[in-house]
Amino acid sequence: MHSFLSRANAVAAYALSVLACLTFLCFLSTLFIDYRTEASINTIRTIVKSISNYNSDRKANDLGHITVDLRADLSPLFNWNVKQLFVYLYAEYETSSNSLNQVILWDKIIRRGENANLNFKNMNLKYYFWDDGNGLKGNKNITLTLSWNIIPNAGCLSHVNAVGQHSFSFPDEYTIAKQ
Amino acid sequence: MIQGTIEEIKRMNKRQFIYQVLSFGMIVSSALMLWKGLMVITGSESPIVVVLSGSMEPAFHRGDLLFLTNNKEEPIRAGEIVVFKVQGRDIPIVHRVLKLHEKKNGTTKFLTKGDNNSVDDRGLYAPGQQWLTKDDVVGRAQGFLPYIGLVTIYMNEYPKVKYAILACLGIYVLLHRE
Repeated sequence: MHSFLSRANAVAAYALSVLACLTFLCFLSTLFIDYRTEASINTIRTIVKSISNYNSDRKANDLGHITVDLRADLSPLFNWNVKQLFVYLYAEYETSSNSLNQVILWDKIIRRGENANLNFKNMNLKYYFWDDGNGLKGNKNITLTLSWNIIPNAGCLSHVNAVGQHSFSFPDEYTIAKQ
Repeated sequence: MIQGTIEEIKRMNKRQFIYQVLSFGMIVSSALMLWKGLMVITGSESPIVVVLSGSMEPAFHRGDLLFLTNNKEEPIRAGEIVVFKVQGRDIPIVHRVLKLHEKKNGTTKFLTKGDNNSVDDRGLYAPGQQWLTKDDVVGRAQGFLPYIGLVTIYMNEYPKVKYAILACLGIYVLLHRE
């Protein structure tokens, strides 16, 4: 009755249930935490060009060029159930053809233990700011929002917007691209 | 050991054997009910998926488990992690929405990218496909559990292990007596 196999089975089953229970408690302990915090965003240079988008439909689409100042201290967000933050800056705007456009312009992976105090001056974007058409020229209301996706050790994958957005407008004329 | 199990079966009478078979059926059907119930609640055709590639590292590694929902009312937004199917590929892909454009009539199109990839997913889509739409989406990742999916990855890579485990479980359930 008390063979090696039955003992090993009992130990493994008990260890598994303890692990499952601890994981669940870890998930519960961080379920109701408010992960919002403040961020300050500012745009320095905003120009718009009309360029053929060879990645997409090859038509002349609006391409925005902006540089931003970005400041946010995300280190208080980390706790024992935050493995990584996926931080992203996105632009949200309306055009004549689309009721909603969201374009991620910049992102950064911050793992636990890495420096989470973001402070960028006059930063270039990581991704191209292509519009789906010609809706950037003269657009008066483009909102930049910093947001983060919390990657836990085990639990919910929540998305949180920073407190503090920034709105800007693009000029009414295209900047002619130098060939 | 085999001789022991054969003797065990011989010692059982008919009623007991039927009882064991029925309880085995109960286990199988309750697992099926759980899965189908989850499908109804989450609205997703596969509410739990295993991450199979490293394209979302360091967030998701191979073998991590994701819980999906696919409610039609809740719209997809940029930054969310979606699981989608591409025509001509059997395995669904787990990637993040990079750009999203919603037309006035409510139709959306979006472009995805893996966190660990340097370029967007246009190269992964079907030839000529520029954007994904809601119909391509299997679900949106809402919950995360590490490592558990490694079991199924091993089972799929070594089918003999799978059959051995299934056989052991079946024999155990059939012969187990209170």
